[in-house]
Amino acid sequence: MSPATERPQQAEPATGSARMTYREALRLALREELARDERVFIMGEEVGVFEGSYKVTAGLMAEFGADRVRDTPISEEGFVGAGVGAAMLGERPVVEIMTLNFLLVAMDQVVNHAAKIGAMFGGEVRCPLVIRTPNGAGNQLTAQHSQSFDGWFAGTPGLKVVTPANPADAKGLLKAAIRDDDPVLVIENLPIYKEKGDVPLDPEHVVPLGRAAVAREGSDITIVAHSFATVRALHVAEKLASEQGIQAEVVDLRSLRPLDMETVARSVAKTNRALCVEEGWPSYGVTAELAARISKACFDDLDAPVERIGMAEVPLPYAKNLETAAMPNEDRIAAAVLSVLG
Amino acid sequence: MAIAPAKTDLLELYEQMLLIRVFETEAERQYKAARIGGYCHLSSGQEATCVGVIEAMHANDLLVTGYRAHGFALARGTSPEAVMAELFGKRDGCAHGRGGSMHLLDTERGYYGGWGIVGGQLPLATGLALALVRQGKQQAVVCELGDGAVNMGAWHESLNLAALWKLPIVFLVVNNKYGMGTAVDRASAEPQLHKRASAYRMHGEAVDGDELEAVIDTTARLLDRARDAREPAVLEAITYRYRGHSVADAGLAYRTREEISEHQEHDPLLRTAARLREAGASTDELRAIDERVEERVEQAVKFASESPEPDVDSLAWGMHSQGSDVQFERMRPGSPFGEQELVFDGGLGK
Repeated sequence: MSPATERPQQAEPATGSARMTYREALRLALREELARDERVFIMGEEVGVFEGSYKVTAGLMAEFGADRVRDTPISEEGFVGAGVGAAMLGERPVVEIMTLNFLLVAMDQVVNHAAKIGAMFGGEVRCPLVIRTPNGAGNQLTAQHSQSFDGWFAGTPGLKVVTPANPADAKGLLKAAIRDDDPVLVIENLPIYKEKGDVPLDPEHVVPLGRAAVAREGSDITIVAHSFATVRALHVAEKLASEQGIQAEVVDLRSLRPLDMETVARSVAKTNRALCVEEGWPSYGVTAELAARISKACFDDLDAPVERIGMAEVPLPYAKNLETAAMPNEDRIAAAVLSVLG
Repeated sequence: MAIAPAKTDLLELYEQMLLIRVFETEAERQYKAARIGGYCHLSSGQEATCVGVIEAMHANDLLVTGYRAHGFALARGTSPEAVMAELFGKRDGCAHGRGGSMHLLDTERGYYGGWGIVGGQLPLATGLALALVRQGKQQAVVCELGDGAVNMGAWHESLNLAALWKLPIVFLVVNNKYGMGTAVDRASAEPQLHKRASAYRMHGEAVDGDELEAVIDTTARLLDRARDAREPAVLEAITYRYRGHSVADAGLAYRTREEISEHQEHDPLLRTAARLREAGASTDELRAIDERVEERVEQAVKFASESPEPDVDSLAWGMHSQGSDVQFERMRPGSPFGEQELVFDGGLGK
């Protein structure tokens, strides 16, 4: 889809909502925050002249200039670090990384620097940095470009990590991240960029960090998911409801750190069963963390062991049938639900 | 060469250099007495570089260093009490007992940290310079690094960005001949490290880092260019460290005692003292400095010993910004044993 056809309807600014894609919702959040706060600036590869590798920043350089929307060379460690330093002096950099896979070459700046500043200096210096980057498998991008490292970052004290699964949350969580005084990683998702939804036009539409959402109510089982896994879980829940009369509740985490375990535990107390779904590898992953916390918090509520499902633990292959088989696709999620229900 | 500092200024600078030497000697003693833990990297022998560079900086210029940081902090004016208390892991330390030897901090004096990952401070310092430009400030950043750091990718990426974006920053390479135990010519294909700036069309030059006045003049000139013309530069200060890489390293596996002695014959303190005598300083004046410095370091140890330890219930203090406790309040169900008491109740985001 070209950016020109994606401009959100702005006939009624600041009130009501408009239907737009996830990508447009992100762009709207960026535009609003650039307009609201001079300290906000965007930095990354191809964000300006090229209008964004995935067109999220399309039109922003023309609107705000090359200082506020700053193209960088291919130097992730360099410009993520430059974002860290600028944030330490009170700027509000929003650094775009082309995909989460490329953030690995800047890990030292994220984990050893950004995440440490608050605690290591006793709260004297803050680092209000945002890094936004998509992950997501399923487009035959193969082993080096299909990974979900959400759990690595969510397991790092000092960072905050959000993972919007729909356009409204994409706007609200990105705005919350930009306004937060700590380093926040916003993990977007490639397959969702084109998904449409209703997005509040209110420039103050901010989704607070650390608050999950019950994306679908149900009584038989709780499916805990985030990012694109939420979209899949919702499809599976609708299908199981119509075909087999099973009512699955879907909890969309939205934030991985801080994690809203209260909402998860409340749901499991109601359904007595839990399935955790992620696109990353489950070993030592987000679902491993969830399973441990649910097992402890909901020990007396559970009628079955907590189950989890994620990417098959192999580097993702190219061949379409192999890739599909490896992913936590809807068939595998549905099968896991049925297995938990016994 | 600019005008040499007046005798009174030189006396003051000499006192700072001596303070670093005596402080480091005492730090090693305290480390061996197990009152300082972790890593402890000493600057003995490098005092003229520390004091000269800081002397050339404006009060509002910013400083970032690697982990051999005591000398720079002391030269910048952080009190010996606050530095020693930090080494002791005490509440009154300059990083509140959270940083230790490698992570000193003094934001009031524009010192944005000692950093412990070789080369990691370069991108961050480049970002400080970017922020200064965005904010329209007439200030510059001095980013200190060791000779070993020039072989990191972060060096290449930072120099390229600084040159590309014309940022007001001077990369100060403290070439003390060895990255841990690896001699410079065993690590860098171009052992004249300042020449590597040319790859970025950036000015690079070397200075005798043990010659106080040369360090001051060269640094001042490069900082002026950075501030006024936004021309970044590399300054290679050639010096020598007397002690091992850290206190745990005897420093003799990769060099001889003779080599160390040879350097000590050209000691920066001796050189500066000789200049002072030429300028008319009396033996009494120099002795008075000796006594004052000894007393200050003694006082620093006393202060550090008496400073309280940080409260355990402040364990998570500073990790997140104020108000973050509300964001984390729903994380508690199912927490691992102890997390509630240590982290959530430990000042997280309060």
